[in-house]
Formats: sequence, structure tokens, C-alpha cells
Amino acid sequence: MHIKDFLKEITEASGVSGYEAPVRELVRNEFAQYTDELCADTLGSLIALKRGQRSKETPRRSVMLAGHMDEIGLLVTKLEKGYLRFATVGGFDLRVLLGQEVLVHGQRDLPGIIGSRPPHVLSAEEREQVVPLDKLFIDVGLSADELARTVRVGDIVTLQRQFTELAGDLVACKAFDDRAAVACIDSCLQHLAGMKHTWDVYAVATVQEETGLKGAMTSTFGIEPDIGVALDVTHGNMLGVPEVDTVAVGGGPAIGFGPNFHPLLYARLVDTAKEFEITHQTEPIPGPSGTDAWAMQVTREGLPTALVSIPLRYMHTTVETLALKDIERIGRLLALFISGLDEAFAGELGLRNT
Amino acid sequence: MLKELSEARGVSGDEKAVRQIILDAIKDTVDEHRVDALGNLIALKRGKALSKAKGSGKSRRKVMVAAHMDEIGLMIVQIEKEGSLRFRPVGGIDSRVLLAKKVLIGDDKVPGVIGSKAVHLLDARQRQQVARVEEMSIDIGASGKEEAERLVKPGDYATFDTAFNELGGELRAVKGKAFDDRAGCAVLIELLKESYPFDLYAAFTVQEEVGLRGARVAAYAIAPDIAFALEGTVCDDMPRTKDISPTTTVGLGPAITVMDRSIIIDPRLVNLLVKTAEENGIPYQFKQPGMGSTDAGAIHVTREGVPSAVVAVPARYIHSPVSLLSLNDLDNEVRLMHQTLLKVNDLDLTR
Repeated sequence: MHIKDFLKEITEASGVSGYEAPVRELVRNEFAQYTDELCADTLGSLIALKRGQRSKETPRRSVMLAGHMDEIGLLVTKLEKGYLRFATVGGFDLRVLLGQEVLVHGQRDLPGIIGSRPPHVLSAEEREQVVPLDKLFIDVGLSADELARTVRVGDIVTLQRQFTELAGDLVACKAFDDRAAVACIDSCLQHLAGMKHTWDVYAVATVQEETGLKGAMTSTFGIEPDIGVALDVTHGNMLGVPEVDTVAVGGGPAIGFGPNFHPLLYARLVDTAKEFEITHQTEPIPGPSGTDAWAMQVTREGLPTALVSIPLRYMHTTVETLALKDIERIGRLLALFISGLDEAFAGELGLRNT
Repeated sequence: MLKELSEARGVSGDEKAVRQIILDAIKDTVDEHRVDALGNLIALKRGKALSKAKGSGKSRRKVMVAAHMDEIGLMIVQIEKEGSLRFRPVGGIDSRVLLAKKVLIGDDKVPGVIGSKAVHLLDARQRQQVARVEEMSIDIGASGKEEAERLVKPGDYATFDTAFNELGGELRAVKGKAFDDRAGCAVLIELLKESYPFDLYAAFTVQEEVGLRGARVAAYAIAPDIAFALEGTVCDDMPRTKDISPTTTVGLGPAITVMDRSIIIDPRLVNLLVKTAEENGIPYQFKQPGMGSTDAGAIHVTREGVPSAVVAVPARYIHSPVSLLSLNDLDNEVRLMHQTLLKVNDLDLTR
């Protein structure tokens, strides 16, 4: 599928952490076209294998690409006078929830609104306060009786947003964090279809990243790859945020550098980008990266990991914004990086022969 | 009709698209129509059977029914060198609801998003602080000022991009933007399909949200004997700890105003509305006194004064990107207004 169409399809779909099934099926259908085997692991991560072409003497090597398909969302905690109270799943900015449209996954999907008391009835003080979670509610326009028949405590709620094309190749939607990474992996698989590579490639759409990197832990353990590359989003430049905290949207793959990443993998990614003239940037990360790479690195006996990030503005809102060309660049960079993996590099990394 | 009206874009001062939709809908049901200097659409539907008016020497009564076409929105005021757009609110917008919303800018509907610094980059204090409009900007994807200037210009209006949808259920709830006051426009369009024993002036007004500007001049031109303003009004019936009045409640019928910040309603008109509702078994409610203001505030002090009333459809979350109302309330408002208008000719307005 065309990358933009695939990105639109998966970002408009629902898949809150722990409830990724709807988006998983879309990813499964897409990855199936470019890979040899597919399965979902116990926690729900989708694992697709594309085998490398190698001679019998060459030891089997594998690289795992991980992008998480879960998104932050809400969970119904109480039915009250025809309204729904809720808790958050993942890290939310309460400031962006008021006036937001949602989809409540009850007996059927119910469109709803996170209501705001009208400004007309608020005191000056109330207008200046961010509405705390215990004063927020969802309205689906049903009477209390109807609501009780249709929704129950524990039902999942996703935020609503249609995929929007902005000017200058930029697009905006919810859940680009981190389905844009799933689109990068898809782009990589499409490139690899026309390239030669000797290492096996595991294309993994992980689950429950937003609630603690859970999918990356179990899928990496199960796959036992030689090296791992996590794909995630990182803060893009925007008005009012210091440049030092951001990378440039449209400035190409942001390649992570720091304790979470193997220096040789970092160098190989940068060299590959330079060799093939792919615009790229370095993202220094002095500690925890907060990505699947953090979990992958310490799986079993540990493995060399890397992180390639998509510059993105307004993270964890329904108007996350990124440049499509960055996704295409990352897909191409990953494919070129993978096709260049060989035994000499395995030796440099000190990988064991199994 | 409400869907088309709700999805149309018409911020105060730029009501032309809404006006065109309304004109197309009413032109075959009225005798005359014109657009005045401010942009109000004023339509006249002449009274039927006037010649048979029971010879009581009654003069030809003029009744004005007003609903405003404009909605709250944003105006682009500056293009930054990075290509982001600075904006200011048009009308009373709650700055708490602006972050992370999608908007459409100008006649070309250029899509943009109101960006919000990621929660990861905020300190604990900032997370508790409502962002100020002055600090916000709209991102249209432009990489610099020049690219942005090809798409938008300072002065362009922006509206929320919100689809109209039916939510279903007993309330027949619908959601969309600008129910304040496209709900009133929809009711007035319906009312024009009936005949009345007096001259009915339908005024689809402009610039209500910036100070009841359109209604003032429309009422002067019409010089009505009686006026009604139809509104989509404040509703505050959500659950909360401290129990204050809900202002209005969705589903309980059209809300009759007794007094708001701009007018004390002529009690003879309130009584007529209530009596009509009860005789016809139409549900109704009173709006909590002292809240909001409407076109009637301008109309009732026009020329030497005009007895005026306000009837409104309760709408939750007005002045935000998405509001909700019950089609039952809307239908009941049409019924109540229709029945009331049929009697208004006989109302004794002498003092």
C-alpha cells in the first residue's frame, strides 16, 4: 500500500495500549505482502519475518525492527447521571482534552465529546484553571438508562481525529506516536522487496509501549535477534520550544546517540545515510530514551540497539504533526542499513556464532 | 438542514456562506428579501387573510423573529517568520478548549492545527496552567513566512473543523459546531414554511457574538411591534460536586428566558409562551435568570422599544469546537413558536 494511505489507515484506527487488535489486523494485512511468516505473540505484538538470502555456510543472523502500534487513550471508570467518568491510559496532557471528540468502545462504538462547562457560567478563577481529571467527563448524548445498557466500566475510549494533509508535505493526526514508525517499517519492507539482504529481518509492531515498553520486552525475548533497531517519534521544532530540546521536522531521520545505543550501530546508520545522501540528524539522548530500545537493550544477555526517530510536533495530542518525507527517508535508510549487514559487521559487533 | 448550517463557516463579520444557504432555503417561502448594509438577511412573509381581520380596526401588526447566523471563531493576526500563525479570538472563546484542535482558515479552507507544547516538555506548574491565546499558534505546515503567505493572510477567519453527526438515542442527540445559533436559524427556516395572520419579518442577523450588532440595525429597519429571538443557548447540566442551576437541561424542551444579562422579558410574552406550551402539551423549561445575552437585548431597546422574548434550544458546550443538542428540543421549539405566533396577533399590548 502507498505509505501515506497506510499511515492514514492505521492512525485513524483504534488501538489503545492493551487493546491493539483493530490496528494489529491492519498491520498484519499490510506486512503479509512483504514478509514470509507472521504471528502475534502472547502479549499481542505482531511479528513478521522476512528471510535473508544466505549461503549454507553463513551463520543465521537477524535484525529486529520495532515500532509500537499502541496509542494513549482513556478508560471508563464510572457512569454518572448519563455521563462517563474516565481514567487515562498512558501519559496525557489534561490541557488538550476539553472539547475533544472521542469514540467510546461500548456494546457498539459511540461517538462522544469531552465536555467543557460553558465559559458563561465559570468564575474568572475557573477559567484560569486546567480542569482536573476528576472534573472531566464524556458525553455520548444518551439517557442514563440507555447508557447503562450500552457502556460499562472498563470500556476503552479512543480520541478521534481524521488524518489531515497540511501544506509543505506535512500531515497531522492522532497516534502518529508511534504508528508513523510502523509506516517506516512498512516502507523499509517495500524497499527490501527489491534488494538483497543476508540477515533475517523481524518487522515488529509492538504493544503496550505507552504503559511501560511491555511489548518490546516480550517480543525481543521471543525473537532473540542479534541486533535491534527501535523506531519512535521525537520532539520536532515548534514556536516557543528551545531549539536544544528539538530536532527539525523535515530534517530527516533523527539517529539516537547515548548509553541506550551501540556506538557502532549509530556510526553505521550515520555512514549509510551519508553514503546514500539521505538528509539526517543526530539526537543526543544522555539517559533513558523512553522508547522500545530501552527494553530491547537489556533483553536476555543484552543486545546492540539503535534508535531512529521521526521528528514530530505536539506529541501526545490529536494533532501530532510530521513530514511524510521523513518517513520515506527512514524507510530507505533502514533498508540500505539492513542490506549492508554482513559477517564482517557481525564480527565488529562481537556477535556470537550460534 | 441543521447539518448543512452547522458545517457552514461564518464567523462574525464573515457570514456570507451561511447567508447563501439560508437564502436558498427560504426564497420560495417568503414574499420579499434583502441584505442590509451590515449583512443581515431580512425576509418578509406577508400575512394571510388580513382583509378578513375582524374589523376591529386593528392595525397591521409587524412581528420580527431573529436568529443570528454568525459563530465564534478565530482571526489570523500575524504570520511568524517560521510560518506559524498567531491568532486572536472572535467572540467569547474559552481558551481552555483551543489546544490540539483542527481549524480551517480563510475562504480556501486551509487546514491547520493549534499546536501545543508536548506534555513531556512541561514542568509540573505549566501542566496546571491554562495556555494563553497569545502564546498559541496555528501550524499549517508552512516551512517559512513566504510559504505561509501564499496560503493565508492576516485578517483571515478560522473556524473549527467539526463534522455534524447524529448520536441517536431517546434524546435524538446530534453533535456539531456553531449550534449557537444555527439551531435558531434552522427553527426560523422551519417557521417560514407556515402561514401567519400578520406580516412576519424573519431576520437572520450578523455579528451577535461581538455585541448584538446586526440585530440592532435590523430591528431599526423593521420597526416591529413584537419580536422573538431564537437561540442555541448555554446548557450546564453536567455532573459536578457543587449543585448550582443547570442553566438549561438538554431534552426538557425549549428554554424560555425570563431575564438575562441584556433584557428583562415582557411578562405578557412569557405568559403567552407558557400558556401556549401547556395548552398544546409541548415540554418547556425556563432558562436560569441572569445568564448570557442575545439579539433580543438589542431589539427591545430599538426606536421607542419593542416587547421581545427569547426562546432557545439548550446546547451543551457552546463556544467550543463541538456542541450537542437534542433534536426533540429543536422540534418542540418549532411547535411552540408556531403555535405562539398564531396567537400573537390577538395579544393585548396596551398598557
